[in-house]
Amino acid sequence: MEHFPILSIITFLPLLGVLFILLTKGENADRNAKNAALWVTVFTFFASLILWFNFDKTTADFQFVETASWFGDNINYHMGIDGISILFVMLTTFITPIVILTGWDAVTTRVKEYLIAFLILETLMIGVFCALDIVLFYLFFEGGLIPMFLIIGVWGGKNRIYATYKLFLYTLLGSVLMLLAMLYMYFQAGTTDIPTLMQYHFDTSAQIWLFLAFFASFAVKTPMWPVHTWLPDAHVQAPTAGSVILAGILLKMGGYGFLRFSLPMFPVASAELVWLIYGLSVIAIIYTSLVALMQQDMKKLIAYSSIAHMGFVTLGIFAFNIQGLEGAIMVMLAHGLVASALFLCVGVIYDRMHTREIARYGGLANIMPKYALTFMFFTMASAGLPGTGNFVGEVLVLFGLFQVNIWATFLAATGMILGAAYMLWLYRKVMFGELVKEGLKAMLDMNRREVIIFTPLVIFTIWMGIYPSTFLDFIHVSVANLVTHHQAALAAASDMMAH
Amino acid sequence: MYQIIVFGPLLAALIAGLFNRRLGDRGAQFVTCGALIISAILSWMVFLRIGLGGAVDHVTIATWITSGDLSFNWAFKVDTLTAVMLVVVNTISCLVHIYSIGYMAHDPDKPRFMAYLSFFTFAMLMLVTADNFIQLFFGWEGVGLASYLLIGFWYKKPSACAAAIKAFLVNRVGDFGFALGIFTIFMVTGSVEFDTVFAAIPGLQGQQIHFLWMDLDLITTICILLFIGAMGKSAQLGLHTWLPDAMEGPTPVSALIHAATMVTAGVFLVARMSPIFEYSPTALGFVAFIGASTAIFAATIGMAQNDIKRVIAYSTCSQLGYMFFALGVSAYGAAIFHLFTHAFFKALLFLGSGSVIHAMSDEQDMRKMGGLRKKIPATFAMMLVGTLALIGFPGFAGYYSKDMIIESAFAANTSWSDYAFIMGVLAALLTSFYSWRLLFMTFFGESRASKPVQDHIHESSNWMMVPLYGLAIGAAFAGYFFRDIFVGSGYEDFWGHALFLKDEAHNVLEAAEEIPGWVGLSPFIVMLLGFVIAWYAYIFRPDTPARFTGTFRYVYNLFYNKWYVDEIYEFLFVSPAKRLGTFLWKRGDEGIIDRYGPDGAAAAIMDLARRFKAMQSGYVYHYAFAMLIGVAGFVTWFVGGAG
Repeated sequence: MEHFPILSIITFLPLLGVLFILLTKGENADRNAKNAALWVTVFTFFASLILWFNFDKTTADFQFVETASWFGDNINYHMGIDGISILFVMLTTFITPIVILTGWDAVTTRVKEYLIAFLILETLMIGVFCALDIVLFYLFFEGGLIPMFLIIGVWGGKNRIYATYKLFLYTLLGSVLMLLAMLYMYFQAGTTDIPTLMQYHFDTSAQIWLFLAFFASFAVKTPMWPVHTWLPDAHVQAPTAGSVILAGILLKMGGYGFLRFSLPMFPVASAELVWLIYGLSVIAIIYTSLVALMQQDMKKLIAYSSIAHMGFVTLGIFAFNIQGLEGAIMVMLAHGLVASALFLCVGVIYDRMHTREIARYGGLANIMPKYALTFMFFTMASAGLPGTGNFVGEVLVLFGLFQVNIWATFLAATGMILGAAYMLWLYRKVMFGELVKEGLKAMLDMNRREVIIFTPLVIFTIWMGIYPSTFLDFIHVSVANLVTHHQAALAAASDMMAH
Repeated sequence: MYQIIVFGPLLAALIAGLFNRRLGDRGAQFVTCGALIISAILSWMVFLRIGLGGAVDHVTIATWITSGDLSFNWAFKVDTLTAVMLVVVNTISCLVHIYSIGYMAHDPDKPRFMAYLSFFTFAMLMLVTADNFIQLFFGWEGVGLASYLLIGFWYKKPSACAAAIKAFLVNRVGDFGFALGIFTIFMVTGSVEFDTVFAAIPGLQGQQIHFLWMDLDLITTICILLFIGAMGKSAQLGLHTWLPDAMEGPTPVSALIHAATMVTAGVFLVARMSPIFEYSPTALGFVAFIGASTAIFAATIGMAQNDIKRVIAYSTCSQLGYMFFALGVSAYGAAIFHLFTHAFFKALLFLGSGSVIHAMSDEQDMRKMGGLRKKIPATFAMMLVGTLALIGFPGFAGYYSKDMIIESAFAANTSWSDYAFIMGVLAALLTSFYSWRLLFMTFFGESRASKPVQDHIHESSNWMMVPLYGLAIGAAFAGYFFRDIFVGSGYEDFWGHALFLKDEAHNVLEAAEEIPGWVGLSPFIVMLLGFVIAWYAYIFRPDTPARFTGTFRYVYNLFYNKWYVDEIYEFLFVSPAKRLGTFLWKRGDEGIIDRYGPDGAAAAIMDLARRFKAMQSGYVYHYAFAMLIGVAGFVTWFVGGAG
């Protein structure tokens, strides 16, 4: 596969859909545009299966590598994936068709632009996970925010401008610092090539500063406490499809950044600053869970729960052992499916009632049995019930973390209790009770399109929970390599200190 | 064979739950009951093979998780302990399934109910057949989910929903400890598979662990953490509050889950972990203390309740306490024996009370019953059998198992064993009292029901009565027939290595045979005493309770209000969590982070922007622009640097 640019094809395939959509005209333009977007994204998913089946699970090297010179001699167009990134590419190509189906009936204004925004977003997201050059990475990473701004700003709710604004301010802070760090790295190492930089040893004091600069960007993206407050607003204001892609994929970029940059490139700083990560993550889990407990808006509640789940991700990554890292990746993947599904669940009733206020609902289980079952399934998955991917991820994280820090594990595990509390409370208020509130009696159960959307999410959530080896097999070697590399770097650094 | 036993109910649950429209009510009932009958028959075959034949089976189905040096499978480990649990779970579940056909006859959601019941059975079977801690935890949480769904089955009732959530959350508190225990085990033994872990434990004696701020004995820490899980599931003192509320669920659920099977999972856990607990006398002492305290505590509350199901629920709580203190004095066989007999007679009492409730048009308050003996004689006979078994009347099942526990506690010479003995005898007195009180209030005296209810009183259908007869046989004879293999001379052949004793020479069950005569007689005497007091207070002088509550109002209120534990928890945990949540949201997120973060910056920028008057379509273009400038700067730097 050396010379067949499969990664570029998958990355830029969605742009072909953009072309189709631009060509649609006339009465059925919207309908045709939707079909074009759906087929292109489905096709992209099938194309990404080529990666899935041809991936060599026995090596930690980057695969399907493409290199072409770009700017000057040193900055290349360099793409490639390893065991960590392939699963995120798959997650992206898997979620996007679902996202396209989500807005099928709900979006009626500027349909073509709406679809184009999502297709461009898909290209940029796949690009983030494939890029092996920091300039390329930066372009994809920050570029992805532009369609996201538009999705919230144009098709969002009442307060959309405020939400976009907040998102903009937070990410601006992070991206400026990250850019400066990247400049410094180039200046020091003379390259922007990620695999080369992973082998480069920055000296300790530089590592600390670089780590903090990248941390600013990734912490906002993850999001970690206390730079999380953009997320609830963004979710609340975004259309359902926007929330899905935000929770499903965009939130994973922060975690991915930690795995790709912070850990391998700044190993000493990662180890030195681990207290910061543990502290913020544990605060995030307990703090946001308590806040989630008191929310009156369904989307806000799920947004806060996402922050808590991401706390497990950062804890797992910075446990620096195999269980922790693999668990963190599993939490990201599982959360990608389950949080997406929960936002879709909110979308189902929002489409019918046009409100997200929990108090306006009650007793829906009486008339929506299919919906009740689906929502219950994902509620339990979010609460980390064994048999779902979330459980596998969270329990691995805790297994890994317990070996390095009992306190952090102890506090993080309280999230198990609180996480169940707010989800069950939400489910009870919306689904249980008598069906008496205004406007609810005419609610229809899920239609065929909605059933089609949820079915693959249910299947994969259970699959990940019962037979996670399918997914873990991809990451074992890369994670083991990451751990070895990290430990070697720490040993080398302490040797240097000794001399 | 094990695959059919375990996955049959799961398959039935899926079919009944997902295809209920096509199947209809009858179809769903047929599928689930059919699967359970098959499982029950196969379980008895397993019991004969493993329990009486002395074999141990290991069946691996598939790998589950492999991550670094952590690796475990989906696998069954079937030894005598598992075989006993299989028999208990499947027999009771099968009878409860059949009973439910009659009990739920007027409910519109029959397929859903049957699906939940079968799903529960599946999860419980996964729990008892697990060969590693994570699979055990899978079943553990699975039964929690089923319990939640079934308690909240009548989801229109707010009280049922609240009870369901409470059950799930209190159990999660226990699971929190349980999970930490599993993590500790993995950290020190490098495995989560039972056999490997048990083999590693003796080598860990005397080691310390720095747990949070404390330096503790390693094995004791593991045991206590695991036991916290058991306390949640088995409703022991402190984490017991969910069990009485769980009575909001339909009565077959109370019988199956909240009496016979799920709540005994904690007892099963400690028995399964006997190769660990045996190495920590401190932990065993703690188990004995909690068990004995629960036995007496729950019994005091049971005396003062008026809801027929709640009385039995507190009785369950109290009987579980017996099982735990039996475990705590290393009388594992006696604990499992009591688990076994208790499953029959407590399920009988619950299903019998379901028949009473059915006859009384869904009335559960005993103050509105009375005189039912003549109107529903078959149900009365069944309740009488259940009561005799519960109070330990000679010859009935509870007589053999409960007396064995009390005698073991006396014979044992471990920390808290004397306390356990005294509490055990006292609780036996209270047990006898509240059991007779229940029978007298319900079946004797004049009827206190309203006229329409009285006219409607009828014996239940055969769907309900036949399972009662089946359970009654167990409640009457299970003790006599099985005592020899569970706790008698057949002990070693029967249990094999399933139950571990560190000091084989000091089997407390053997010591229990050489106790003074008065010890053996004491449970019988207090049982009679309980009967006499109940008879005096509720038959001979029916005004006694009123006079008593008048005189000892504080004591009565304490018992009636369940020692105010719910109120204390509300004050200590629930309401502070809510207040803190609101505080963090309003003060933390909005008051500090947003105010000084984005909103502050936004205000400054807005100010700036107003001067430029260039804001038309949000900030997107600014952002794109800023990014482009960044890239441009980067390229410039690069070109400059390279050149």
